[in-house]
Amino acid sequence: MFHWLEQRPFFFAVALFLTVAFAGFIEIVPDFAKASQPVVGTKPYTVLELAGRQVYIKDSCNACHSQLIRPFKSETDRYGMYSLSGEYAYDRPFLWGSKRTGPDLHRVGNYRTTDWHENHMMSPSDVVPGTVMPAYPHQFTNMADLATAYANANTQKELFGVPYDTEGMVKLGSWADAEAQAKEDAKLIAADMKNQSVKDAVAKGQVPEIVALIAYLNSLK
Amino acid sequence: MQSNAQLEYDYSIVKAFTFTTILFGIIGMLVGVILAFQLAFPELSNLAGEYGTFGRLRPLHTNGVAFGFTLSGIFATWYYVGQRVLKMSLKESKFLMTVAKLHFALYFLTILLAVVTLLMGFTTSKEYAELEWPLDLLVVVWWVLWGVSMFGMIGMRRERTIYVSVWYYMSSFLAVAMLYLFNNMEVPTFLWAGDAPSSMMHSVSMWAGTNDALVQWWYGHNAVAFVFTTPIIGMIYYFLPKESGQNVFSYKLSVLAFWGLMFVYLWAGGHHLIYSTVPDWMQTMGSAMSVVLILPSWGSAINMLLTMKGEWQQLQTSPLIKFMIMASTFYMLSTIEGPIQAIKSVNAIAHFTDWIPGHVHDGVLGWVGFMTMAALFHMAPRIFKREIYSKSLMETQFWLQTVGIVLYFTSMWIAGITQGMMWRAYDEYGSLLYSFIDTVTVLQPYYTIRAVGGLFYLVGFFIFAYNIYKTATAGRVLDREPANASPMAS
Repeated sequence: MFHWLEQRPFFFAVALFLTVAFAGFIEIVPDFAKASQPVVGTKPYTVLELAGRQVYIKDSCNACHSQLIRPFKSETDRYGMYSLSGEYAYDRPFLWGSKRTGPDLHRVGNYRTTDWHENHMMSPSDVVPGTVMPAYPHQFTNMADLATAYANANTQKELFGVPYDTEGMVKLGSWADAEAQAKEDAKLIAADMKNQSVKDAVAKGQVPEIVALIAYLNSLK
Repeated sequence: MQSNAQLEYDYSIVKAFTFTTILFGIIGMLVGVILAFQLAFPELSNLAGEYGTFGRLRPLHTNGVAFGFTLSGIFATWYYVGQRVLKMSLKESKFLMTVAKLHFALYFLTILLAVVTLLMGFTTSKEYAELEWPLDLLVVVWWVLWGVSMFGMIGMRRERTIYVSVWYYMSSFLAVAMLYLFNNMEVPTFLWAGDAPSSMMHSVSMWAGTNDALVQWWYGHNAVAFVFTTPIIGMIYYFLPKESGQNVFSYKLSVLAFWGLMFVYLWAGGHHLIYSTVPDWMQTMGSAMSVVLILPSWGSAINMLLTMKGEWQQLQTSPLIKFMIMASTFYMLSTIEGPIQAIKSVNAIAHFTDWIPGHVHDGVLGWVGFMTMAALFHMAPRIFKREIYSKSLMETQFWLQTVGIVLYFTSMWIAGITQGMMWRAYDEYGSLLYSFIDTVTVLQPYYTIRAVGGLFYLVGFFIFAYNIYKTATAGRVLDREPANASPMAS
């Protein structure tokens, strides 16, 4: 049979493809329908949080931080309750990461504050001596991309049926509504911050990346 | 059927891809060394503002070496090996020549754009699939072009039976096409922006949460399989017998190893998700199949080692053989290490630690890097029609890089296991013994050793680049093509 195939490239390629694709077919297809149902209480991200999530991705925080607490006592003691599939139902993309150069962040909102993040992102080694994390001063001057965050949320709502604008969930509305709401949310974060230029920017209706990022990190619970 | 007269092969595309192999090798490895030094000396992280941080550079490193260096090497050797084992020349088809040129041009453009966009922070976050949607579309175009050239060349062949190497290149083409398409299913969000002035570059994944993770690691693991493994096996099946003048040890073993690898590899993706929220049976399946994977992996490696049967003295006399045998040996190391890490209880310690990058690098530096460079060394006298410039530089490079790899993986073994054990250590009162930062500062010496190891490898790569450059420009001109052992000036 092999000799026969080796002289017929078309059939060889077909046999090869079926052999390779088989595992994916068995493993991935059946589970797609039922996985990732949201657990009770899981809500979609607000526009400000999504803008922060985009900052998290832009600076590849996921290269060094996981968002997946494994079901071991040593992990639940350190980070909190182990992660459940349903908690990720609105995570597009997923941000589990594959390396913990720094600690897990899946429930960082439970034990770190806006103030802590502000100081830490500006100068990690002042907060955690011995850290290998870079400083992120540019997040205090770059502005978050609320428009893209809105587009992101609206795509998820329209295309994937993520329950924005439904009873008890996050309100999205039009771009004008969403932008106004995100700027209000930003003011709440900025109220807990000390950096004067960030406070001034938010007062003027701008949203620096750091504000959005902190909103996102605070939402991780 | 045309005449059997000596075919005149066309190496222009081979030369172009040889150039990008070296160019992207330098960029990708240089960024890697910078990253390694940043972890050892964090003050280096903030020298170039947001563009110099670990997060921005890391995708540049992985994409640079995987899709810059390695893919270039795969394409260079494909256009060389393909023509020769299929007994056809690109000169015979204007169409295929055009396709090949377009393949190169679009590929080169994509990787250059990748460097720029990744530095700017345009990334999907998915490992080895970071490129945003416009670049993904470009990738699809030149991947299809590669397929057209591959099956076009096969269609024109004079040799009826398709050689092992071609099986492997074919598998790489087909599997990556499937994996890449599914994992990069994403929707550009500006289409649903309403009147918001959103970015054109941003996209959102078709899959969410656990499903997204499942597809990502089905892809991520098998991008390793079909970029870092199968085409490299294709290379060694051609270049080792050619350079040594020996027949492949066993045809049956090559058939067994090939079809075994094809069947088993895809299952193993689940081992990246052990103790995650994907269903248990997939984790167990990933774990078990990873162990099974030892058989086809070692099948190929042993087939290559036994090809040298009775001719082991060549290992002493030819640095080129040395590179290939070392590559095969590192492949064996890496493919026994991977399954060990995939065992659930070992994975509990190893996952998320530096043992994983350690494992990746004994594979890519030792296996992929050595084999690719060996292939380029073997091709150089044939495509440039000149003698290899310096054998002693090859020897120096070989030992420098071998020491570099050993420093790299040994330090990362220790670092990973140390950290994994510290994360789970309890004191006598049942409290965690170490805060997280304790488990970071303890790694500093190992990070330093790793960075030095990486630097050794990079210096070796510069020696390699210089040697190839001098071969192409100043090597002694050969009057006819060498049959087996590549001629090299001492």
